[in-house]
Amino acid sequence: MGEAAEKLTASDPFQMAEVSVETQLAVERFLHRQAEILDEKVWDDWLALFTGDGHYWMPAREDQTDGEGMPNIFWENRNMMQMRINRNNHPQAHSQAPNNRLCHVVSNVIIEDEAPNGDIIVRSRFHCAEYLRYEVRNFTGKYRHVLNKSDNSYQIQLQRVDLVNREGPYEYVLQWWL
Amino acid sequence: MTWTDSDIAALVEPDRAHRKAYVDPDLFDLEMERIFERAWVYIGHESQVENPGDYYLARVGRQPMMMTRDHNGEIHVLYNRCPHRGAQLCSARQGNAGKRIRCSYHAWMFNLDGSLDSIPAIDGYDGTALKIDGEDFQVQKAERATNYRGFWFASLAEDGISLEDHLGEARAGFDQLIDRAPGGETEVVGECFHMIQQSNWKIFLENQLDASHPGATHESTGVAAMMVERDIREAGEAPPMSYGFLSDFARLGIDGWGKFGTVGHPNGHCTLEGYMGLRPDDPDTNEYVKCMYDAYGEDRAEEILGVNLHHSLIYPCMSIQPPLQQLRTIRPLGPDRTLSEIWHFRLKDAPEAIYQRALGYYYLVNSPSTMVNADDLFNWWKVQHGLESQGGDWVSFHRNAGFDVIDGDLRKSPDGSMSEMPMRHMMHVWRDYMTANGEGA
Repeated sequence: MGEAAEKLTASDPFQMAEVSVETQLAVERFLHRQAEILDEKVWDDWLALFTGDGHYWMPAREDQTDGEGMPNIFWENRNMMQMRINRNNHPQAHSQAPNNRLCHVVSNVIIEDEAPNGDIIVRSRFHCAEYLRYEVRNFTGKYRHVLNKSDNSYQIQLQRVDLVNREGPYEYVLQWWL
Repeated sequence: MTWTDSDIAALVEPDRAHRKAYVDPDLFDLEMERIFERAWVYIGHESQVENPGDYYLARVGRQPMMMTRDHNGEIHVLYNRCPHRGAQLCSARQGNAGKRIRCSYHAWMFNLDGSLDSIPAIDGYDGTALKIDGEDFQVQKAERATNYRGFWFASLAEDGISLEDHLGEARAGFDQLIDRAPGGETEVVGECFHMIQQSNWKIFLENQLDASHPGATHESTGVAAMMVERDIREAGEAPPMSYGFLSDFARLGIDGWGKFGTVGHPNGHCTLEGYMGLRPDDPDTNEYVKCMYDAYGEDRAEEILGVNLHHSLIYPCMSIQPPLQQLRTIRPLGPDRTLSEIWHFRLKDAPEAIYQRALGYYYLVNSPSTMVNADDLFNWWKVQHGLESQGGDWVSFHRNAGFDVIDGDLRKSPDGSMSEMPMRHMMHVWRDYMTANGEGA
């Protein structure tokens, strides 16, 4: 199991850490900025949100404790993210043209754990509307982020995304991260 | 409209098919009656119902079915319908019913083989025609159900060709899926992805052996993967082997796929010969080959590994890719809606890296975030959209038409071609199923 997945598994998913207002605000700002980066498709900034070994993870089942070595809806390191960016920006990515429009709202931000070095585990809820070819589709679920403190902000070591309808069936293919 | 046999036969010509075969709702009902509710349709692998009391739902044509395992370990395929008032018995996609299946409506209790166990307050039936062992009061069984090496099928026709005869040589897809395991067994990985294709079921089957589409449809993904492989190499590292599944789309180009031969088999099945590194020369594969030698001896292992098969399409319902340890089955929901189930397998006693490679393919090509199938699904929807229009009546399958190579009861594409033989072959078999009172080809 990866180090970040271990941290997430060890953390109590109902815990509410006592944190300063400044920490709460800084974490919320980080999550809001990530949502904005997705909505505005600022891909250089997106990659910079993640640590070198960071993963974006959408498990296929609720009871999964790791993304490695088992089926997932998303399990992407920075190489895979770069591939997705290359692909969706390619002129022949016909199923993605014209590209979608996304609108995220992130809320219910609860910091689960703050380590002495400032690393954070935080859970939140999201709602995302996607507009593609005259249709709006809605996605909603839970985020859990493992954040490493870096300089004045954070970097994502692991982002777990539990979609409420994870078992499908899928009438669509998710081409961007939610 | 009412379709006569001659109306239907006129929809299929030697090198083209009429658009109505893909869009007409009455024809769709006839397809369900004459193909899916008669032919052998895949239900699932025995390991999906591993324990007594387990059930797993499946759809055969328009019929809601379930596969169950009884407390003697026997597997059954039943209609998911209570014989009392008709309520669905099991509602979750899968589960364990315990000792008995209890109908939620009036608590009639059934054994896992479908037989009626008990009815509450049964004295109310004294003096009535209800008999606890009467045929009308049991959960109905599929007319026929059997398995090929653990892969279960049902046919809702009382009589007909046996499963083994139906599969014929195309059963090599299953053999390969099992024999390639050093432990002689394949285990289904519990997670199945379900995708709804907004297109006719035949469009999916036609795409499976369509050699001229990958380089065109998947160009953007191929190029994107190649760029990342280059970046990784420039950083002095080796890209994961699974990325090659994608970069091949760009590497082979549009016309590079003709080297993989296709074969049409009796009853509509088709096979595609190997590509995608069936036997690459890398340490993981070499370790795997050694495991195979140890398990089977060199001769038998070479015989298994030497089978040149990438893809086995079992008409009308599934596609098996043994080297990628993957199986897809389709359940038509309407003329323009098809549910697909995508399963993958672990080869018993094979090195973990071999599973990781199959998992890489499963993720990159068939997960709900796949960049590959995204473009397929969109093409299929666009085809459906076009065929619903009056902008033309015919679907062209002219590539290399008239040049099939006949070899006994097999029909092969000419060497080096990207022939549309598989599509022509399947439509001819479709016509036979649809016009021979459902007797099949």
